[in-house]
Amino acid sequence: MKIISKICLISFIGLTLTSCKPKESKENKLVIWHWMADRKDIFTELAEKYTQEVGLKVEFKLFFPPNIYAQKVISAARAKSLPDIFGILGERKTLSSFIKAGYILDLSSYMKEDIDGQEKSKIRWKDSFYPQTLQTVTFNENNTYGVNAGIYGVPIDTALMQFVYNKDLFKKAGLDPEKSPETLDQFIAFAKIIEENSSATGFICGWGESWLLNVLATEWAMNSMGEAKFLKTIEGDIPYTDPDWIKVFSIFAKLKDSGILASNIATITNKEAEAAFAQGKAAFSFNGSWSVNVYEQLSEELNYAFFSLPKVSSEYPMKIWGGAGSSLMIDANSSKKDQAVKFLQWLSTKEQQEFLAKKTNNLPAIKNADAGLSPILKSLLGNLKNLTHPDVWPKNEDPRIIEIRNRGLQQIIMGLKTPEEVAEKIQKKKEKVSGK
Amino acid sequence: MNRTLKDKATNFSFILPALIIFAFFYIYPFFYSFILSLTNYTMIGDFSFKESFVGLTNFKDIASDGDWWKSMYNGAFITFWALSFQNILALMLALSVCRIVRMNKFYRVVFFILPVLSEIVIGLLLRRLMLSEPAGRDVLNHIVNNLGLGFLAQDWISGERVRLITALVHCWKGFGWAFVIFLAGLSGIPEQLYEAARIDGANAWQSFRKITLPLLMPVITLIMIITIIGTMSAFGMILALNQGAGGETTVPIMMIYNHLGSDLAGLACAEGLVLGMVLVIVSFTMFFISKKVRKKYGVLPD
Repeated sequence: MKIISKICLISFIGLTLTSCKPKESKENKLVIWHWMADRKDIFTELAEKYTQEVGLKVEFKLFFPPNIYAQKVISAARAKSLPDIFGILGERKTLSSFIKAGYILDLSSYMKEDIDGQEKSKIRWKDSFYPQTLQTVTFNENNTYGVNAGIYGVPIDTALMQFVYNKDLFKKAGLDPEKSPETLDQFIAFAKIIEENSSATGFICGWGESWLLNVLATEWAMNSMGEAKFLKTIEGDIPYTDPDWIKVFSIFAKLKDSGILASNIATITNKEAEAAFAQGKAAFSFNGSWSVNVYEQLSEELNYAFFSLPKVSSEYPMKIWGGAGSSLMIDANSSKKDQAVKFLQWLSTKEQQEFLAKKTNNLPAIKNADAGLSPILKSLLGNLKNLTHPDVWPKNEDPRIIEIRNRGLQQIIMGLKTPEEVAEKIQKKKEKVSGK
Repeated sequence: MNRTLKDKATNFSFILPALIIFAFFYIYPFFYSFILSLTNYTMIGDFSFKESFVGLTNFKDIASDGDWWKSMYNGAFITFWALSFQNILALMLALSVCRIVRMNKFYRVVFFILPVLSEIVIGLLLRRLMLSEPAGRDVLNHIVNNLGLGFLAQDWISGERVRLITALVHCWKGFGWAFVIFLAGLSGIPEQLYEAARIDGANAWQSFRKITLPLLMPVITLIMIITIIGTMSAFGMILALNQGAGGETTVPIMMIYNHLGSDLAGLACAEGLVLGMVLVIVSFTMFFISKKVRKKYGVLPD
């Protein structure tokens, strides 16, 4: 009996200790962690192709959903058990924390190397990317995050946010399906006409996920007051109670009052909004370029097109939220750093980018890789010059302000608060957070 | 003397494994959370208390954060409904089932199905029933209209009564727990007491007030404490049901979860501690009130 007890105790302790740290594989292979469930098979295909061409085994490991993935990466970083290549989900502050903690390799010197470009010519790795896409993983000199200047990631695709409209519903309502609304008033008028002539709702969006509200508010704010004034608000030099900000918040009140918003819109998830739009239940929606893939999977008959955000002012340009869709980083402490760089350089070549863009229905991260793109995705390429994203701003808003701003917008949409009340609340918080 | 020490050491060795596990998984995280609550650490990179120390800033922020206290109010509102409506319903059902001889076990299983289901499943299921067109199918409104109860049709997910609806869904999901515990408590009351009361001419209400209620007081206290802690920590079902409905149903754990995801780990830890302290105070208050009530009824000796 005593022997059995001892065996049990030793086994328990042994199992506990061995389970504390994952065993490192002695096999020579690159391990990549990602969260992109829709690209699981395509990544596996690419990994097999790389193994055939180069002889190095590559393993893509999927962790889903994204918030669980994000926590896993943070835990792995703390336990010093990050994979060779991984992506970071979160804001620029999160990325900068990883860099400052020494978890991410600076790729600046590698970016000067030549990789395969068009028709067997060579191109500098850095020059192959769309500048707007690469910017999201680049930190310039004297950045506010205190990060050493450098390039810390490799974008694998490009994403941007636009409005979409259902062309068939336009036709049904007697509207020209090739003519999208240009101003907010026109947008509301079109939505009302469609509501009157069909059973569809005017506008649907996943505003239960408040980041979509943040994107819209940011774009309208930049159009309404200009990028410089918007950034000054983040610096704390312009208050949120400024008339221009009230005007931005009032847009959401105007949308609510117009009656074109879908029921429960402040609690709808993006997935629900995508499904409703794909089924032709709404005339307009707001979504990212990745939605091309989603809509294709949900409905093959959906006849739709993207268009820029309806303008609220002609004084300033309409900026489009976008940049790198997904980026991959290399563990600075990995023993296979050079092999990881080589793999990402291979992934950035025209052939692989075209394959990835075509198979996943996403915009490529590099220039001149649009050969296999669908016409609807090609139509988005012209907007790349107008992109904006928090990752390229000199300073980001405090997450507590973003949280309260998003919730305030939801409350305006639900009719619980006025734009003035929301503006005052945000400003109060801003003053408290910044200590002014 | 040596013998006593040896006995004590032997006795202590029996509780040592449990103590180690408790200390490692509860006491250590509690103190570590307290340390983190005094910092602006983001959970990424090596932790330096000196570099990230911000004093009581996080606690001061919480004290003056209207949204945090609104989330506490939302939690308290749902808790109030859980304490009253949910537990009274559970007690009534337990009293009924206790007296039913036939199909007694069937009812126990039926009422316990809901608590066994995941919070997320319940939230998503009811969301599907309640969500209006075009994102949903408006099933619940169709049902109430077809039943001739059209006056009940409304926006269930983000309307004026969203907080109350969330509370009722929480009660519906949670009453099974209270039901099972009440049932166990009722079966522990000796039948002879009721027989004696009947012989003395006591009616059903008098038996309930003078026998059932006082003897059930420890169970009621336990259920109340479990309800308060469980409801104030509720999160998954509300998130799945209405995403917090623009702050109208945002509960404290949702705030903590959001802040953890926004690199505000220090603030999230401070919020966790504040919530924990409030729950400890409420639980002890409940315990002392119950003690007094039991003393009053003579169940607990002076």
